[in-house]
Amino acid sequence: MNDTNEILSVDERSKGSTTVFGFWLYLMTDLVLFASLFAVFAVLRGPAFGGASMGNMFSLPYVLVETIVLLSSSFACGIALLCARAGSIRGALAWLSATFVLGAIFVGMEVSEFSSLIAQGDGPSKNGFLSSYFTLVGTHGTHVAIGLLWLLILIVAMLQRGLTHGNMRKLALFAMFWHFLEIVWIFIFTIVYLTGSL
Amino acid sequence: MSLQEFIFGKLSWSVLPDNLIAWSGAIILLAGVVAVLAAITYFGRWKWLWSEWLTSLDPKKIGVMYIVVAGAMLIRGGADALLIRTQQATSVGDSFGILSATHFQEIFSAHGSIMIFFVAMGFMFGLINLVVPLQIGARDVAFPFLNSASFWLFCAGAALINCSLLLGDFSTAGWLAYPPLSELAYSPTTGVDYWIWSLQIAGLGSLLSGVNFFATIVKMRAKGMTWMRLPMFCWTVLGSMSLVVFAFPILTVTLALLYLDRTAAMHFFTAGQGGNMMMYVNLIWAWGHPEVYILILPAFGVFSEIVPVFSSKKLAGYTSMVLSIWAIVVLSFIVWLHHFFTMGAGADVNAFFGIMTAVIAVPTGVKIFNWLFTMYRGKIRFTSPMLWFMGFVVLFTLGGVAGVIMAEPPADYELHNSLFLVAHFHTMIVSGVLFGYFAGLTYWFPKIFGFRLDEKWGIRAFWLWLIGFILAFGPLYLLGLEGATRRLDHYSASLGWQPLFAVAGIGAILIAIGFCCQIAQLVASIRLRHENRTSGDPWNGRTLEWSVSSPAPSYNFAAQPVVHARDEFWEEKMSGSKQDRQFEDFSMPKNSGAGAIIAAFVFVLAFGAVWHIWWLVALGLLGAATTLILRTFDEDTEVYIRASEVAHREAGLRPASAV
Repeated sequence: MNDTNEILSVDERSKGSTTVFGFWLYLMTDLVLFASLFAVFAVLRGPAFGGASMGNMFSLPYVLVETIVLLSSSFACGIALLCARAGSIRGALAWLSATFVLGAIFVGMEVSEFSSLIAQGDGPSKNGFLSSYFTLVGTHGTHVAIGLLWLLILIVAMLQRGLTHGNMRKLALFAMFWHFLEIVWIFIFTIVYLTGSL
Repeated sequence: MSLQEFIFGKLSWSVLPDNLIAWSGAIILLAGVVAVLAAITYFGRWKWLWSEWLTSLDPKKIGVMYIVVAGAMLIRGGADALLIRTQQATSVGDSFGILSATHFQEIFSAHGSIMIFFVAMGFMFGLINLVVPLQIGARDVAFPFLNSASFWLFCAGAALINCSLLLGDFSTAGWLAYPPLSELAYSPTTGVDYWIWSLQIAGLGSLLSGVNFFATIVKMRAKGMTWMRLPMFCWTVLGSMSLVVFAFPILTVTLALLYLDRTAAMHFFTAGQGGNMMMYVNLIWAWGHPEVYILILPAFGVFSEIVPVFSSKKLAGYTSMVLSIWAIVVLSFIVWLHHFFTMGAGADVNAFFGIMTAVIAVPTGVKIFNWLFTMYRGKIRFTSPMLWFMGFVVLFTLGGVAGVIMAEPPADYELHNSLFLVAHFHTMIVSGVLFGYFAGLTYWFPKIFGFRLDEKWGIRAFWLWLIGFILAFGPLYLLGLEGATRRLDHYSASLGWQPLFAVAGIGAILIAIGFCCQIAQLVASIRLRHENRTSGDPWNGRTLEWSVSSPAPSYNFAAQPVVHARDEFWEEKMSGSKQDRQFEDFSMPKNSGAGAIIAAFVFVLAFGAVWHIWWLVALGLLGAATTLILRTFDEDTEVYIRASEVAHREAGLRPASAV
């Protein structure tokens, strides 16, 4: 029986590394997806056809706060992973909760930014530029929202079963996903907002 | 929004077919579905089907199911092809053939979309599932559950595209649906939405499979199987899957943006408000060109396995074969613009893409020569897989030369959108991809089922396909040079094209008879299965899959093999050394129906999205997400198999070395 357990744990380890590699591959496909949306944005930014243009449609300080909130969320997620590796489930859960709250604030800020643009008549159907802006930034926001749902499920699973092999693996995958979204946001911040305000 | 609109979206009685040919298509489809369901019920096979096949996570069974679905879709796509050929052979001068112009457009759009997404892709993933784990000495793929989900997403896409036979129409915008024609202003019905969503779902399945098999080959190879010992088929699959991983997300984005244009009134590709329709053409070909190589690379891999085995020699130029695969992978991403030189990007841009396109002929030529060198002075057995190869080598080379001609931008300005182009890409996809997959299916069939396919019918099928192909597409090269454009539903009698179109029609009929021979081959093989039973190694094979019994056990390898050489099994046979068969405990995934259930909900979502039934979209999304979440909470997904159990089962099987 002991022998079997040993074999299974070796099995478990190699499975873990395969899963992480597979998930990393998935993230690369997601990166190509964002790259395509960036390319579309780069082509379509320009004539405003009577709508808002990059220079006057957003406030840079607001976006900076959004950025700081998302980066802090990513930081909290990193600490949560360290806590979990150190075996502290309470620490992990506390930091994951912080990750969730900050992520939710980010999504809330983005939704309010979008709805104010739509309210002033600059919705995604106004022109090609706004279509690409809403789709690029909105796709990122949708990813973050899906991540929040995933995080809730992960928290439930950790409350139920503690720091099992399975949960540790899921936490590692979630952390990869969350950091990936942070990196994509850095690009959005730079390419959409910073160059847009020049 | 009225209540009826809320409940039924754009669905109403008026979406049913409106002419005889459309009705007969719908009725044949429905009758086929009813007949299959009735037969399963009559023979009481539902439970068996569910527990042995539909919920199976065994890649060999998933592979078989892929090929069955691809075969069924080949009948649908082939029927479309026969209608196209009939129309073009008869619609001349005062006669207008059997189809209205709109219906003709729907049919060629469906033909292309189905043949690429549901025949070629399905057949390819079928073969990959059957062969890759066995060749690399693994018991399974990296993510068995994901594999099943991918297959069922592929099925959901196939089901959705067939819905358009009965409910509503199909896209008239061709297999790649260029805007502005595919925009709402010019295609106001749900046809383009069917096209978008069936490709979107199937494409998602392909993307996930790409990740899965890439990870499988990188992470699951047997001990000792270094990169330069990897069987050539697996190399080509790795190349192909890396293209899937990088190209399919672009398709996902492009389809999504087109749907947003049509549904949310956005302006990505519209003619006004800052939209850019040439951006669509760039995006779709940035996916579409790699897609061609996604399909052809595994066919190259099949030939690289078959030619050495049936020439009784090792593959010539292994290293150059590997390098040429990766040269093709890289080059295939920097040639997409050759699909639209006429866009007018300027001489320097066109020159760059023209040169890159011509350069692809070099690594492909390396492969052709290596196969021929492998045959040179070999002891060749002219089995049907070998016949498919020789048909391929001649036709593919000719078609490739036609491609190099069109790679020159000035020539392309003349040939663009002509039947010359149509003949060229059919040569690549039919005599390249399809012949390769047929050869692979014949070659690996005994490994999966334990008996060979009937050779007599196989050879008949080959000659009919070969001659039929030459007759069907030879005339199209000539017509294209005379200026016949693609997608003509009618032409003037004074052009004198009708005889050539008639020959092409005869060729199409011969191909159809060839396909019937393949059905007959399957029936005959099943009837004669006891005579055609084989050992584990029916062809005197070289790679690991032939070292296990036929049919291969569900766990593939009783004891995990250790690899010492490139053609491991061949070396073992030559040196007389045997794999050390120490059995160990291991785990295998349990069956799961969750993949099928998720795909069913995704189908509901997509159907709702096509018909603007938003509550159905929400229902599908909720159902798919809930099933996925519940699945992640299920930790009891594996079954442990004891060494003693394996030893017991293996004792009852005939090992390959016994023959």
